[in-house]
Amino acid sequence: MWGTIDGMTHAVDAAPKGRILVVDDDASLAEMLTIVLRQEGFESRMCVRGDRALSDFHEFRPDLVLLDLMLPGKDGIDVCKEIRAESGVPIVMLTAKGDTIDVVLGLESGADDYVVKPFKPKELVARIRARVRRFDEPVNESLTIGDLAIDVAGHSVIRNGAPINLTPLEFDLLVCLARKPWQVFTREVLLEQVWGYRHAADTRLVNVHVQRLRSKVEHDPENPEIVVTVRGVGYKAGSP
Amino acid sequence: MTSRSLPAALRRSLTFWRRSIQARVVVSTVLLSAAVVSIVGWFLLQQTREGLLDNRVAAVVAEANNETVEARDRLAAAPGTDIDTVAQQQDLVEPIIQRGETRGFSVVMSGPVESGARIEDGGARSTLDLDTSSVPVALEEHFDEPAGPAWTYTQIRTEGEDDQIHTEPGIVVGSQVRLPADGSTYTLYYLFPLEEQQETLASVTRALLTAALLLLVLVAGLTWLVTRQVVTPIRFVRRVAERLAAGQLQERLRVTGEDDLARLATSFNQMATSLQRQIRQLEELSRVQQRFVSDVSHELRTPLTTVRMAGDVLHDARREFDPATSRAAELLQTELDRFETLLVDLLEISRFDAGAAVLETDDVNLVDVAHRVVDLTRALAEQHDTAVLVDAPDHACLAEADVRRVERIVRNLVTNAIDHAESRDVVIHVASDDHAAAVAVRDYGVGLASGESALVFNRFWRSDPSRARASGGTGLGLSISLEDTHLHGGWLQAWGRPGQGAQFRLTLPRRAGAILRQSPLPLVPEDAGEPVS
Repeated sequence: MWGTIDGMTHAVDAAPKGRILVVDDDASLAEMLTIVLRQEGFESRMCVRGDRALSDFHEFRPDLVLLDLMLPGKDGIDVCKEIRAESGVPIVMLTAKGDTIDVVLGLESGADDYVVKPFKPKELVARIRARVRRFDEPVNESLTIGDLAIDVAGHSVIRNGAPINLTPLEFDLLVCLARKPWQVFTREVLLEQVWGYRHAADTRLVNVHVQRLRSKVEHDPENPEIVVTVRGVGYKAGSP
Repeated sequence: MTSRSLPAALRRSLTFWRRSIQARVVVSTVLLSAAVVSIVGWFLLQQTREGLLDNRVAAVVAEANNETVEARDRLAAAPGTDIDTVAQQQDLVEPIIQRGETRGFSVVMSGPVESGARIEDGGARSTLDLDTSSVPVALEEHFDEPAGPAWTYTQIRTEGEDDQIHTEPGIVVGSQVRLPADGSTYTLYYLFPLEEQQETLASVTRALLTAALLLLVLVAGLTWLVTRQVVTPIRFVRRVAERLAAGQLQERLRVTGEDDLARLATSFNQMATSLQRQIRQLEELSRVQQRFVSDVSHELRTPLTTVRMAGDVLHDARREFDPATSRAAELLQTELDRFETLLVDLLEISRFDAGAAVLETDDVNLVDVAHRVVDLTRALAEQHDTAVLVDAPDHACLAEADVRRVERIVRNLVTNAIDHAESRDVVIHVASDDHAAAVAVRDYGVGLASGESALVFNRFWRSDPSRARASGGTGLGLSISLEDTHLHGGWLQAWGRPGQGAQFRLTLPRRAGAILRQSPLPLVPEDAGEPVS
């Protein structure tokens, strides 16, 4: 695939930084995205129909998915749920609606982050980098939070011997809280440490992902004991 | 205890009086009926009394006349030689006294008239046990001269067996007789008691009173029943109307029969149905509007994104172009920025207009917001050679608000201030109390002319149309800020004087939905040199 696209190779590094699947019904935008991403050193592939997104996902095995919410064939939200059902690959939503409901719906269906159109290309690239960058040196580190045992290197969370399935982002969020159980994290700090944003973005990201994390790790998500809300400040790890 | 509970009870009954139409109708009907019944009763009693007394007076006067005539006859029949005055007096009065005892009247004889003797001087003959002062002095005076028979009402006092004085109303009739023995005129007073008439009158009064009382109870009961028939459906209508007003649009009245109340219920239901339909229509319109806004948003944003990315690519590569094309790429870039902000602002305004804006409240520390905004606007401030300072207390200034919107408001105020500060400092004051938190953005720049502080929030309003647009604002920033503030139930106000700068103050209630009473910060800055109003 990579070899077939040429002519603009001047901006491409020797090895691609990651593979990105662009799912958007607008062919011009999708093509423009692939051009910009290629300049930034990513390998990308276009998909303009929602119902073909999953098969393209299987074929291309991307490191990140850029997903538009309004798609012909199948709704972006459904595509997001399907991908999330079988993989923890980061999903960044492209949405034309900055409205709360759309964003929250997208995030709740499994997206890690969202970008509202019209976005600045650099902002998009920064967000993609933040999501793909996480394949760092694995550190051998074991943490406990509540009755959960976290193996950072093995990327697994175990309760009473049974593993809990978390997406990489949820895992990062949990690890971030568990590393400093005495500290209260504001939403802004979490955005910076987990999402990798320098400037404050939408703190709803944090709210939605904390809810999703809680639904997986809490005994009773209504009365959280692992990820505790500190009213007016943010979140902290529950006492072990 | 009593002194405190009494006004409370009074207030409660007053409230009941004000609220209950039934109580008012019943009480006023009863009062009115009572007045009518009293007048009628009083009239009846008067009639009865007069009738009874007239009868009695006629009978009594006739009887007295009979007695007098009989006495004269008796005297005339007596032998003319008998000149024993005392015996003749005896003969005159004794038969009458005896007759009076059997017939129930008393007799007093006084005289002779020519001597001017009065009853109280003694010497009057009378029925035993009778207090002779029962004869009124006025009647006595009438007979000072020889006169025809006369009568009047009086109180008859008699001495009972137990030495008690009994008083009863009565009629006294007087007539004069000439005694042949001494040729003098004596006056005979007949005192007839009115006991019987009084008893009759009392029983009539009792009967009338009982009847009146029963009538009033009947009237009260009837009124209560009648008003209840009217008031009960009205109360039911009121309850349904209250529920309708509370938003339960499907509430309807049950219609039974075809009377006026049933027709009222039918009309009420028609009104409710029509209201429900119109509200549904409005909701539908609002939904259509929101969908339209959202569709326009999507349709405009996607091509704009593509254009913007293409512009970015060109902008990044502008050094490889000739100067004209390079400058064109730069212009394209800046104008795309402006276009984008304008589009975003317009969509935001249309969302407010459609009522589609939603609040996501949480505790927000306005001090943090102020510092974040300073960070965000640093580049712009440096460009304008302006310093933005924060004047905040050590403690957090919390308000339950949507942090995204509050930050947007403060950012709008600060960029606006930087724009007009003319390179002087911009100060962000933050303060809070138990009920509210406030941010005031003060600049010392051009200021606002009088009357302009109300205009600044108008869409696309500019203080001086000829002034160069420094920051490329869309002219919608303050309007959006005002809408955002209203969404929070807060205040956004402006103060300004030409040449003295301006201050914009945002006040938010500590708790979402609470009513603001005052702001922790003054709107007119203390350094403005004018009385704080």
